[in-house]
Amino acid sequence: MDIFLQQLINGLTAGSVYAVVALGYTMVYGIIQLINFAHGEVVMIGAMVAFSVIMALAGAQPGLPPVVIVLAGVAAAVPVCMAVGYLLERLAYRPLRHAPRLAPLITAIGMSIVLQHLALLIWSRDPIAFPQIIPLQVFEIGGAAITGVQIAIMLVSVVMMAGLSAMIYRTRLGAAMRATAENPHVASLMGVDIDRVIAVTFLIGAALAAVAGVMVGTYYGIAHYTMGATLGLKAFSAAVLGGIGNMAGAMLGGLLLGVVEALGAGYVGELTDLCHASFLSDALVERCARDGHLILFGSNYQDVFAFLVLILVLVFRPSGLLGERVADRA
Amino acid sequence: MTLKQGLSLSLAATVIALVSACGKQEPPPLPKAEAPKPAEQIVTVKIGHVAPLTGGIAHLGKDNENGARLAIEEANARGVTLGGTKVKFDIVPEDDQADPKVGTTVAQKLVDAKVAGVVGHLNSGTSIPASSIYSQAGIPMISGSATNPKFTEQGFKGVFRVVGRDDQQGPAVANYLASQSKPKVVAVLDDATAYGEGLANEVEKTLKAAGIKVLPREKGTDKTIDWKAVLTKIKGKKPDAIFYGGMDATGGPLLKQGRELGIKAVFSFGDGACTDKMSELAGQAADGLICSQAGIPVQAASKRFLDGYKAKFNIDPILYAPFTYDAANLLIAAMVKANSAEPAKYLPELTKIGFEGASGRIEFDEKGDRKDAEMTIFTMKGGKITPIAIIKSGKTMSVEDYMKMAGAAPAPAAPVAATEAPKAPEKK
Repeated sequence: MDIFLQQLINGLTAGSVYAVVALGYTMVYGIIQLINFAHGEVVMIGAMVAFSVIMALAGAQPGLPPVVIVLAGVAAAVPVCMAVGYLLERLAYRPLRHAPRLAPLITAIGMSIVLQHLALLIWSRDPIAFPQIIPLQVFEIGGAAITGVQIAIMLVSVVMMAGLSAMIYRTRLGAAMRATAENPHVASLMGVDIDRVIAVTFLIGAALAAVAGVMVGTYYGIAHYTMGATLGLKAFSAAVLGGIGNMAGAMLGGLLLGVVEALGAGYVGELTDLCHASFLSDALVERCARDGHLILFGSNYQDVFAFLVLILVLVFRPSGLLGERVADRA
Repeated sequence: MTLKQGLSLSLAATVIALVSACGKQEPPPLPKAEAPKPAEQIVTVKIGHVAPLTGGIAHLGKDNENGARLAIEEANARGVTLGGTKVKFDIVPEDDQADPKVGTTVAQKLVDAKVAGVVGHLNSGTSIPASSIYSQAGIPMISGSATNPKFTEQGFKGVFRVVGRDDQQGPAVANYLASQSKPKVVAVLDDATAYGEGLANEVEKTLKAAGIKVLPREKGTDKTIDWKAVLTKIKGKKPDAIFYGGMDATGGPLLKQGRELGIKAVFSFGDGACTDKMSELAGQAADGLICSQAGIPVQAASKRFLDGYKAKFNIDPILYAPFTYDAANLLIAAMVKANSAEPAKYLPELTKIGFEGASGRIEFDEKGDRKDAEMTIFTMKGGKITPIAIIKSGKTMSVEDYMKMAGAAPAPAAPVAATEAPKAPEKK
């Protein structure tokens, strides 16, 4: 049972990060029906910038408490990512807003490649190690271990998601965003500055991505210029799983995906151990007596689960778990 | 082509003509009008060296090159005469960017430049494809750092290495683990690459032969940084030791997350994760890990080499420099024995050579592998990997004992490995 609980904690931590990144995808999609494939790269840039600042600070001011150093990293990463997000929208998407839908999708992929190689030029192709400034604190819950960093990640995610929801449903800006999402043309007739709303959406998404970048970097202790690709793809899967365009769906999808992944990686080996079914053939009995196991799918299929879930959802429920509208071909 | 290259090329052409002529014990023909007539005839013999000089492991590439350069300059300083003619050795350094495609391009370039022999390449991934080009041209190559077994298993003539192989490394680290940590249950993981999986297989085989229970293999990829799910599963089986076949970029997070989950087992790795980067990535958690590298630790190389290197380059050698130094010296020694710099003449000498190098005695087996190659076991102490044992001829001995046996003076107060992060070449 403690193993199961541990996998659940692992899954929820990873899922919180997915959820925050998925929000960036879903917000943009909700408003301009564009999959911003460069969003994963914004997360990576957030991690890289924060790492650079944290490393410099930890080197120059070793006496500072770790929380202050990490917060300084976040404070540097957020504006940089917001600038990147704004530039993305201004340079790659706005000129193509009325172009065929395939065009901005291509520029999105193009921008993702550009950002990745920019990061390669700036930070080199070596993985960057997170300075070991945070003392390892492990808490025990029912036999499972949870670290201070994991608790912080979950708390920060919840706070950010709650703050975002409050903003969308309680403020004038949020109302403008919802109006634009519903019908940009009518919204503009009602006096909503569409360009501004879209730009703000990108800024918020990028700020969330920056924080997610710091979270994922701190959690795993490593940042690399290619880290955005897989993370982005998984977060995108999470957004689709929950129903792209739907905020609550992105959060649910992210958490669910994290948990499915962790449980999948943890148990697939045992579930597909052919030795449980060794009565099927004598050769199997012999093999199992020798090796003890004959595992069909090992834990290296961990990353496959995200995409398996994506395919299943698209087949059986194209609009996602909480999706209102049928997702367009992305 | 620069003037200098052009000149050396024409000189090289002269050399080959001269040397082949001398080999037949004929009087050297007079050079044509292109070369001036100095009082004493000096001909140039080119030796290629290939390693990545740009990119993530450029510092290791430079280290390798320095080793070869030192050997060549020492040979020039003491003066070598082949077939009655004084020769000057010239190093031709090339950058393969650790990229197999670039590796074959520069290999062809060196063949076209008519080098007499090649020291390199650094990576297994570049050495293997390049070896077929050198072999076809009949040019001997000696790598000082390519550990993948396949390198010498292709049946090519003239392909040598002066370091051990991965399939010697796996048993070495597994035996050390079995004898020192005495685990009952070991979990073996790998990154599903040719290198990682191959090494993990060797370790598993050795552990099982020692009667130790090995858990079903767990795998990640060479990009996996989230090992929590796998480690949680392993934790439930309560292993006493964990071996991971993979690189430091994935091994560091593995180790860190293992300790976060409260796994107390001994973590062990191959050379891909036998670097100081491990402590950067995993922090305190890295202390006490066990890992292996092919060959001897750099500070156990001969004192003459260490002093010569330091005097010449004003830095300490990092990792494989003693081996490239030996590789270049082997080429030269074989040429001296054959009294010729012509590959076809000196290659037979190279295959049966017995040579006392900076890294110990070197002899080659029929495949071109070094006979009785050493393996070194390291541990992490205070953020630096530190050699604790050397395995030779199946015997495990401490580094001090090895150095006594090898007749080398004890290492200087500051061991070389402590000054810069040794980093194993990327295995692709």
